[in-house]
Amino acid sequence: MSTILIIEQVLNGLQFGVMLFLMAAGLTLIFGVMGLINLAHGSLYMVGAFAAAAVAGLTGSFLLALFAAMAAAAMAGVLIEMVVIRRLYATDHLDQVLATFALILIFSEGTRWVFGSFPLFLDIPDALSGPVTLPGGIAYPLYRLVLIGVGLAVAVGLGLLINRTRIGIQIRAGENDREMIAALGVDISRLYTLVFALGAALAGLAGALVGAIQSVQVGMGEPVLILAFVVIVIGGIGSIKGAFVGALLVGLTDTLGGIFLPELFKLFMEPGAATSAGSALASMAIYILMGAVLIWRPTGLYGARA
Amino acid sequence: MTLKSLILAAGLSALALGAHAEGVKVGMITTLSGGGAGLGIDVRDGFMLAVKQSGRDDIEVVIEDDQRKPDIAVQLADKMIQAEKVDVMTGIIWSNLAMAVVPAAVAQGKFYLSPNAGPSALAGKGCNPNYFNVAWQNDNLHEAAGAYANTAGYKNSFILAPNYPAGQDALTGYKRTFDGELAGELFTKLGQTDYAAEIAQIRASGADSVFFFLPGGMGISFLKQYADSGVDIPVVGPAFSFDQGILQAVGDAALGVVNTSQWNKDIDNPTNKAFVETFQAEYGRLPSLYASQGFDTANLLISALETASPADADAFRAALKAANFDSTRGDFAFGSNNHPIQNIYAREVIKEGDVFTNKIIGVALENHADVYAAECNM
Repeated sequence: MSTILIIEQVLNGLQFGVMLFLMAAGLTLIFGVMGLINLAHGSLYMVGAFAAAAVAGLTGSFLLALFAAMAAAAMAGVLIEMVVIRRLYATDHLDQVLATFALILIFSEGTRWVFGSFPLFLDIPDALSGPVTLPGGIAYPLYRLVLIGVGLAVAVGLGLLINRTRIGIQIRAGENDREMIAALGVDISRLYTLVFALGAALAGLAGALVGAIQSVQVGMGEPVLILAFVVIVIGGIGSIKGAFVGALLVGLTDTLGGIFLPELFKLFMEPGAATSAGSALASMAIYILMGAVLIWRPTGLYGARA
Repeated sequence: MTLKSLILAAGLSALALGAHAEGVKVGMITTLSGGGAGLGIDVRDGFMLAVKQSGRDDIEVVIEDDQRKPDIAVQLADKMIQAEKVDVMTGIIWSNLAMAVVPAAVAQGKFYLSPNAGPSALAGKGCNPNYFNVAWQNDNLHEAAGAYANTAGYKNSFILAPNYPAGQDALTGYKRTFDGELAGELFTKLGQTDYAAEIAQIRASGADSVFFFLPGGMGISFLKQYADSGVDIPVVGPAFSFDQGILQAVGDAALGVVNTSQWNKDIDNPTNKAFVETFQAEYGRLPSLYASQGFDTANLLISALETASPADADAFRAALKAANFDSTRGDFAFGSNNHPIQNIYAREVIKEGDVFTNKIIGVALENHADVYAAECNM
């Protein structure tokens, strides 16, 4: 296995990780600030991808499509926050899971109703398509490099927002003590709606960015949602920094595990059996990672110490 | 019970029997919601088109959505057999659902006509006189891809498929007919959407061809990412990643790719021409291979009803086995295990105006039967 291949796989893992971060950031904020388990977060990802595909189809502009994705997902987020989720803050987690699971079904069938059952077309803009040659002779798709860049930029932006702005202070305060900041005169319901819209917009952005290299279809959000939950559990619930580190860990483990485990097994097994055993173990790798992190730190890497 | 009421009861049951013998009740369990809904909708629409064109009003079709979940499919099958009292069942898309439903249904004396799934277990040791597959045995299209790779002169293939039974069958099928070496063999996760890692391995492998079986959304993702990666090793695959329902979502990335199928819209026979035209007129879209399979399944059923009624199981079974109908694929016959013996074609993805579609470029396997027929004793 050559160095070039290894570097390429590390880049793939990073790209996967930063896209997971966009999903996990919203999820962890919503859970951290409002104490709400939002299973419908994957639906917001899907809404973003469909909005982007529709706008790109109409206008041909990928940039407009990205804005449309964030706007549509944020609006969908605000709508479900005001209509459904607001009634669930005080209730049990089980009620939240049930209600937001219902939202998944509503979003899926609603999307099918509007766009039909067949996958939509959304492609990479011409300016970003094709491979570029990196130093060392690595041919790597330009679009994936852009994804890494966008993901890192969003991470820095979110870090600044949370740590350096007034809104950020309120969000952090909300995580620590909801009643107290309400008593101090912060409009808590407006803050909740804002956080929800922010998380939704990030999910929509991820859906649109990833939709361009994958398929835009009903049900695309749920597999990503599961991974995003793994990320926030590893990173520590409510922590943006934890979500970032967790997302990169999961991205790298998943990508590199899929490559190296079958190779490792080939050292002492015959190739056919090594491939299937290695692939099987690779698909468990992130859950094994999650288990190991939880044994070492039960609240996650950056979670509040209980 | 008085004599009078006995006679009445006998008369009523004779009446019920009479009504039953005239028509047929079909139970269709297929996937109409969730990720794989496009396939089930095409099968349903093809089937219902044939029923409508037959002009018969004695075929009642009960349609239910299995949501691609085996447990729901089993519940629906129980309901159809016990409450709805259907005579014939059909519709299942996915092999794992077929394995959950078909053996129990045929054991209860129902007929099952498969418009899609063809797991090897039901073609070999688990074959049943009441089970007919109108589509293909699962391995067939992959065997054809291997045969095509030989004629194209490929010597060194990189092969990949999802890690589940149909994916394992796919690689087995390709290897059965492909004469060259393997540059690499990979199982991906079922439902995986990012193939950057696999594409990097393909690039490094030195292969001269890539065979992949990634149905539905997985194939869309793979093809788009493959085209963007700049790797230009030729790709072959079965029709499942190139059907009419998903080609528009893949776009230019699929152009020129060779794939294998038992059906295409340009197969030259009157039945197929009429099918493509009427399907487009009825539903406003081009039919896929799944739609053609649904259409053929219904026509097989209708042809059998011309000569026998399901109430007379032996005669009805013989009428089905005769396969005396005009298939959209041209010649169609059942082998000893009730699976089709048919030509499998190599197709190329082309663009007609604004629409991506396939055209036939040759026959990959002629009058091909599956290898499991030998294991079937019935």
